[in-house]
Amino acid sequence: MDTRTQEFLEYVQAGGQVETSDWMPDEYRAKLVKFIEMHGNSELMGVLPERDWILRAPTLQRKLALTAKIQDEVGHAQLIYRVVEDLGKPRSASLDDLVSGKTKFHNVFHYPTKTWGDVGVIAWLVDAAAIVSQKALLKCSYAPYARIMKKICWEESFHILHGRDVILAMVTGTPEQFELVQEAVNRWWEPLMHFHGNPIPAEEDPMYVWRIKSQANEDARQEFLDGYVPQIRELGLEIEDPALAKDEATGVWRYTEPDWEKLRAVVTGHGPASEERLSFRRLSREDIAWVERVVLAEAA
Amino acid sequence: MSDRTDLLLAIADDELFLGWRNSEWTGIAPFLEEDVAFSSIAQNEIGHARALYEVAAAELGTTADELAFDRKPDEYRCAPLVQLRRLEWARTIARHWLYETADEIRLAALKSSSDPEVAGIAAKMDREEAYHRMHAEMWIDRLLSSEEGRRRLEEAVDELWPYALGVLDHDLRPELRRRAEERLGRELPDVEPVSRGVHEAELAQLWEEMTVVRRSAPAGAQW
Amino acid sequence: MIFEVFRQERKGQPFQHAGTVTAPDERFAEIYAREQYGRRQESVALWLVPRDAVSEIEEFPDEFEMKYRRVDGYSIKARLREARERAGTLELAPGGEAE
Repeated sequence: MDTRTQEFLEYVQAGGQVETSDWMPDEYRAKLVKFIEMHGNSELMGVLPERDWILRAPTLQRKLALTAKIQDEVGHAQLIYRVVEDLGKPRSASLDDLVSGKTKFHNVFHYPTKTWGDVGVIAWLVDAAAIVSQKALLKCSYAPYARIMKKICWEESFHILHGRDVILAMVTGTPEQFELVQEAVNRWWEPLMHFHGNPIPAEEDPMYVWRIKSQANEDARQEFLDGYVPQIRELGLEIEDPALAKDEATGVWRYTEPDWEKLRAVVTGHGPASEERLSFRRLSREDIAWVERVVLAEAA
Repeated sequence: MSDRTDLLLAIADDELFLGWRNSEWTGIAPFLEEDVAFSSIAQNEIGHARALYEVAAAELGTTADELAFDRKPDEYRCAPLVQLRRLEWARTIARHWLYETADEIRLAALKSSSDPEVAGIAAKMDREEAYHRMHAEMWIDRLLSSEEGRRRLEEAVDELWPYALGVLDHDLRPELRRRAEERLGRELPDVEPVSRGVHEAELAQLWEEMTVVRRSAPAGAQW
Repeated sequence: MIFEVFRQERKGQPFQHAGTVTAPDERFAEIYAREQYGRRQESVALWLVPRDAVSEIEEFPDEFEMKYRRVDGYSIKARLREARERAGTLELAPGGEAE
């Protein structure tokens, strides 16, 4: 590593922040683009599992809340891709790479949503898992990204409350509604355990080394379990992992080791809904190519 | 049911279904910024529907949600324009602009209603829809400023024109024609309006999906 | 075109940089900025500036350490203590010590 890069590394590891016009090592820039782009892709792809349910929401309030939640996610994608663009990769290139399968998005958005129970579980637990990671990103060494994370975290706070409200209405409703929630929790548990990524030690995670992430994967997962397992169990819901328990002495949650190969397969486009979702995105991108033409024709 | 309630339900149903149709663009609008903007428009429309349903519900002894979801398809009073499934951007913009123009005319009449509650809601809706109109006008300008955009818009307007007329009562239609023709700089065809009263085939399908979760639990279940 | 957006959270507060929107022109930018930075009534006002109208200044040389015009250019502790000792007012100072 050359001196300048070494100094840069020490600077970010000491908590230093970097702006768009500052010098940065090529490796750092590349890692940033990869990480931040994946986040943008995830916000965008995250819309697809949920959007059908706007149309099926069972009350006006839920319809409005869900629309607003998804709107936020599209807004987040916009903010995030803007950051990527300022790092040198145009949005159209990011979208092309997304639909061609070249770049990735988070595992949870490769799964189908089957019932209104899923709508609640996603807003409550998937968003909760995301917010654990997002809070850690507030300290990202790349300042423009850290700044948008502040807005994103603020907006996400209502998502979780909305999700919990949806769940609470069902678990205090009919037995069938309770079952709907339990069944959704069962299906989403594995993706949730996968969400924070495999337990690579922080020092071996390049994203942590460059302080793009400020939290190790396993720490994020532990934080999620600590916050949410009690919340799940206090509603009388069960979690299907018999090994899931908190070691009172160490404060560490034990659980059945997730299948990390499966996670890898999912994020490389082999999840149950991966292809369907990407095709959908691909189609809509083609349909509206003319709009871009017409709108950009007059651009200054 | 009073005339007043009938009128409120007609507008509420228009707003609900249009809001529903507009929210079909969520996540797939031409670009992200437009996705966010259009979603606000959809939310406003559903919010208007809710406010109107609440007034009607008070008179009918029911709730806004019951009016929104629990009627049979043929009991809805919405205009055919809002029932059409048109997931194509030129048609979406054409419908958006035609509906907002028609709605402005309709609301202007209602704002001077002797019924203070109706006048009040109409004024609130109109203030929000000023932003919808701004958005629609901006798109119309943009589409008209290029050959391809103009062609696509004209095609869409021609297709939706009979339906747009059908949003309004007979006496308000000439004003809609006047405004639309002035904006486009040409005459619009003399056609039979597709009026309220007979539903499009799409409505039943829309209703089916809109109520699938709600119908999965007994009436009165909480969600 | 890229527009920088500045938002004012409450009347009287400074306008702060909030982010950017991409738009074909100013009309679109206004609508998009309103949505992205105001749809929850979280701002009372927004300023929009095309990015190329913004110039950045990043260097502020102070080769000869002109600290006399800043608060950190003054260290009065020692002299203040000496003055209080001389006047016999040391115990009267807050905490009995020079600040």
